[in-house]
Formats: sequence, structure tokens, C-alpha cells
Amino acid sequence: MKNIWIIFSKEMKSYFASPIAWLLLTLFAVVFGYFFWTALEFFTTMSMEIQMSGQAYPINVNEQVIRPLLGNVSVLGLFFIPLITMRLFAEEKRTGTIELLATSPVRDVEIILGKWLAALGLYACMLFFTAINFAFLFHYGKPDWKPLLVGYLGLLLQAGGLLALGTFISTLTRNQIIAGAATFAVCLLLFVFAWVSGFNSATWATVLAYFSVATHDESFARGVLDLKDSIYYLSVIFLGLFFTARSMEALRWRS
Amino acid sequence: MITVNALTRRYSHTVAVDQISFTVEKGQIVGFLGPNGAGKTTTMRMLTCFLPPTSGTAQVAGYDILEQSLQVRKRIGYLPETPPLYTDMETAEYLRFAGRLKGMSGQELDRRIEYVLGRCSVADVRNKLLGKLSKGYRQRVGLAAAILHNPDVLILDEPTAGLDPKQINETRDLIKDLAGEHTIILSTHILPEVEQTCQQVVIINKGKLVATDSVANLQSRARGVETTILEIAPAGGGLLDDRMPPVPRISGPGKPQTSVLDIDRIQRTLTQVPGVSRILLREQRDNSAIFETESPRGALVRGDLARAVIAAGWDLNELRPGAMSLEEIFLRLTGGDVAQPQLVPPPAAPEEPEAHQEPNA
Ligand SMILES: Nc1ncnc2c1ncn2[C@@H]1O[C@H](COP(=O)(O)OP(=O)(O)OP(=O)(O)O)[C@@H](O)[C@H]1O
Ligand SMILES: [Mg+2]
Repeated sequence: MKNIWIIFSKEMKSYFASPIAWLLLTLFAVVFGYFFWTALEFFTTMSMEIQMSGQAYPINVNEQVIRPLLGNVSVLGLFFIPLITMRLFAEEKRTGTIELLATSPVRDVEIILGKWLAALGLYACMLFFTAINFAFLFHYGKPDWKPLLVGYLGLLLQAGGLLALGTFISTLTRNQIIAGAATFAVCLLLFVFAWVSGFNSATWATVLAYFSVATHDESFARGVLDLKDSIYYLSVIFLGLFFTARSMEALRWRS
Repeated sequence: MITVNALTRRYSHTVAVDQISFTVEKGQIVGFLGPNGAGKTTTMRMLTCFLPPTSGTAQVAGYDILEQSLQVRKRIGYLPETPPLYTDMETAEYLRFAGRLKGMSGQELDRRIEYVLGRCSVADVRNKLLGKLSKGYRQRVGLAAAILHNPDVLILDEPTAGLDPKQINETRDLIKDLAGEHTIILSTHILPEVEQTCQQVVIINKGKLVATDSVANLQSRARGVETTILEIAPAGGGLLDDRMPPVPRISGPGKPQTSVLDIDRIQRTLTQVPGVSRILLREQRDNSAIFETESPRGALVRGDLARAVIAAGWDLNELRPGAMSLEEIFLRLTGGDVAQPQLVPPPAAPEEPEAHQEPNA
């Protein structure tokens, strides 16, 4: 437990000591800010038009602003997750610092958890910046905060799974760029698998869509804490970390 | 303290370490010697639990590297070939991180950090980024991290590589000081370093153990036999011709050489000198020849050798003791060619015409 903390804080420090973390946070905040304010503007014009036409059309901030925005965050994550995880092991292998970690009295699983939690921590910081935008909504309107919280939990779980896969891919190479590109490709595939069910209803398409990370975030975005979807994400996290552990073991055998 | 048992490590095509066994007593400093690619780093990586062996095992500090890896890792300090430094950390910060990984904390950690900063002469860069340090300083920070937790066993892969002469001496002194309560294995190519710092040598070559012995034994093996080098020339004539540029015309012992000197007679004469056990013709020049005689240590044969040469009517151009250094032993054991006369290949015979070759050759 203490060792996980040691690794975690070292990783956090190195994220924030370099420009990486700040750059990622700024980019994420700017892009999301753009999404947010355009969505809000769209919503206000919409609701104004509806009011003028005098129709009793149900308008709902949660449904019409928050939900699509959370979807946007998860797509944004696709681009940022590889940037967060690519250095985790690749860099240690390239510089040889892995020799310090692997010959210290620390278990592999503690190293892996420390690193993965740090990656998740950085992602959580990025989510925090998006949350500031939502704070404006609470100031002006009366959205329901519980679905928002569930939505964020979903984002965190989804990112946790992809970050675990990214951590695994980072153990496979000593080149950060390769790790990043491969992680991006894997994340993208896991996203677009969801699309096949849109134009194909064969069994394989359904199965493929089931394995997509994008199929499982709808319940969270609607504010529903779905057990099956939670289990799906937890399994992705577990599998990613499990593969990382296997790979670290193999690393010793190969290197 | 360290027992290595038929340790073997295979990479896909090469056997990097092949059935190596040796033991190291507590408090000893062992020099791990071998030419490039001998398998030193690979062996050290196995002893530090970084690489698992393909077969065989080892006990370090009383624990098995395979079964009780965590216990072993708690008790070793390891300086890899390239110091494992995080370039974005400062020296003191790095030592703190390394110490915490080893399970240290609080005041004890603070105290040890101060101690190793001074001990490895890196106190002046304590707040510098490791990425900006010179090679020698990196090496010393790596060493500081290795000794930080006062480990029972220190495994140092070329600890003096990249250091300046003053630092090399300081590091050797530091290593010597650490022995006693620590058991140390260090790899190096520098032989005087082994003579100066180590009590025991393990020599490997191409993954195989070549010799393991105490430095004292090896040295006495080197010095138990005294060698004397003589350059003998025919009376008067040899000196005259020495002014001419030397023409290397050398042959193996079996090949008779037309020369003013009667090599056989010289050999017969020298063998008769009491104490001389062996005579080697090392080099034959146009008008002189260099011999090496072996005699037991302390036999004082030089005077007799000189008298015998003069009495036989030759000139004695040179007479000097030839020492067999540890270096020579090392090179001999690892198959390097030492001071053996290089055979000049005979002038190439004219090429056979193509037509004479067998058609299907
Ligand atoms: N990762 C690897 N994959 C394949 N072969 C390797 C690997 N690492 C080392 N080897 C091979 O194993 C052998 C021993 O290498 P090792 O690094 O242990 O030598 P060394 O004695 O430390 O040499 P040096 O004095 O140059 O440091 C070499 O033939 C090397 O090519
Ligand atoms: Mg080496």
C-alpha cells in the first residue's frame, strides 16, 4: 500500500514537473470550454424559440446540454489517454530506470497500480476542469446534480479501462511514440466497434458492439448507475492491469 | 553470503551465461572480470532479481533469488551499467525516492541521504536536475543510491566507468571501506583496480567461468615463476646491425632459421644454468634473438645467465626481469594473445590459374 503511494506520488510529480500535465490540462479545458459554450448557446436559442412559439415543449438541461457534453468528453479522452499513458513504462525502459524499480523490494503489482492510479489521477484533474464549466449551469439553472455525478463516474470508469490498456501497451515498447500511437489505435477501435450494430444486426456485430467502450457509457450519461455496464468497465480495467503484470513478468524474461 | 549455483541464462540465440558457480564469503570484495560480452552484466542482473535465470539459481544474503526475490531485493544495493536516474528529478529528491523504495523513511532516511551525499561527493549537486549532470556525477549519484540503505550485498556494474582519476581513487577507497560489513561484487575491465580493491577474482569469458581464485593466489601464480628476458647477439656483429631498421623475420620455434646465431646452442647453454627451468625463444631478429627463461622465484639466476652468455662468446644486449602481470594471466585465461611472437604469414604463393581448379569446386 505504501509502495503504491510512493510510485503514485513520483508519477504525479513527474507529470506536473514537466509541461505534459499542464499542456494536457490546458488543451482539454480549452477544447471542452468551446464545446460547452456552443452547446449552451444552442440550448438558450432553442429554449427562447420554443418559448416564443408558445408551445409546451419539455426542455431539460440534463437531457439537452449535459448528456451530449459528457459524450463529447469521452471522445476527447480518446485523444488524451494515449498521451497520458505512453510514457509510463516505455520511458523507464528506454532510460534504464526500470532496473531501479525492478530490483527494489516492491511488487510488480504495486508498481503497476501506482502508475495506473497516477494516470487516472491526471485524467481526473482534467475532468475537474470540465466540471468548473458545469458549475455555471448550477448558477443559472436548476439541473439535477445526481445524474451529472453518475455521468462523471462513468467517464472515470471508461477512462480507467482505456488507461489500463494504455499502461499495458506502454510496457511493450521502449518508444513512447509507438506506445502512444498503438494506444490511440486500440482506443479508437474500441470506440468504433459500437457503430457496427448500427448497420448490421448479425450476431458478430452485436458481440463486437458489446465489446465497445462506447456502448456502455449511455446508461451513465443518462444518470443511471447500471450494474452490467459498471462490471464491463471494471473488467476492462482488471484485464488491462492483468496484461500489464503479465507483460512485466515477460519483460524480465525477454529483456 | 553469495552462492551461485550453475547459473545459466539463454537469450534466443546466445547463451550469455553458461553454468556459472562460485561463492563469495561475507565481507569480501569480488572482482568480476571478463572481456566485453562475457556475461558480467547478465550475471549481475540475475543476482539482483532483474532477470530470471534460464536454469540454475543463486542465494544472495541467505535468500534464494527465485523463491525469495523480495527478501533478496531488500538486502542488495545495485548500480547498473547505466545509472538508473530519472532525468527530471533533483539529486536529493532522487535519493529520497530510492530510499523510500527500499523501505526507508523519516529521520533515518534524512540522515542517510546526507551521509551518502557527502560520501559520494555529490553534495554540491544536491539540488541539480539529474538530467543536467555530467557522466561522472551521474555515476556517483547512482552509487550513492546503491549504498543508501546500507545493504548487506553491493552489486556494482563497472562502478568507476566514466570517472576522473581522482574520483576513481576515491571510489575505490569508498568501496574498500564498505567491505567488511558489506559483501561486494564489482565488474570491471580495469585490472589494476582488481589488484588494488578486490580479494577475490571471478573471471568469465563467453559466458563460461574461467577461473575463480583469490587475488593473492593469482598474483603468486603470476609471480611464483620469475621470468627473465635476454637479448643475445653474436659478438660485436649484432650491435653493428642494430643500427639498421629492424626487419621482422620471425618464425615459429620449429622452423630453422639461417642466422649468425646458433639458436640451439644458446638454448642448450642456457638450460645448463642452475635454476633455469624453461627457455622460450620469444623473438628472433636478423642479428639477435630474445629469449625468456623461467626460474623459481628467488633463484637469483640473472648473474649466472649473464656469465654463461658472455663465456660462450655472445653479446648480451639486454637482461631484464619479465613479470607476468595479472593482466597477462587474464588475457591468457580468456584466450587473448599476449606477447607471443606474432607469426608473419609466409609470402602468399602465386595464385593457381583458374583453369586448374576443379570444375565443381
Ligand atoms: N537483451 C539481450 N538480448 C539478446 N542478447 C543479449 C541481451 N543482453 C545481452 N545479450 C548478449 O549476452 C552476452 C553477454 O552480455 P553482457 O551484457 O552480460 O556482457 P558484459 O560482460 O556485461 O559485457 P561488457 O563488458 O561489454 O559490459 C552478449 O553476447 C550479448 O550480446
Ligand atoms: Mg556489462
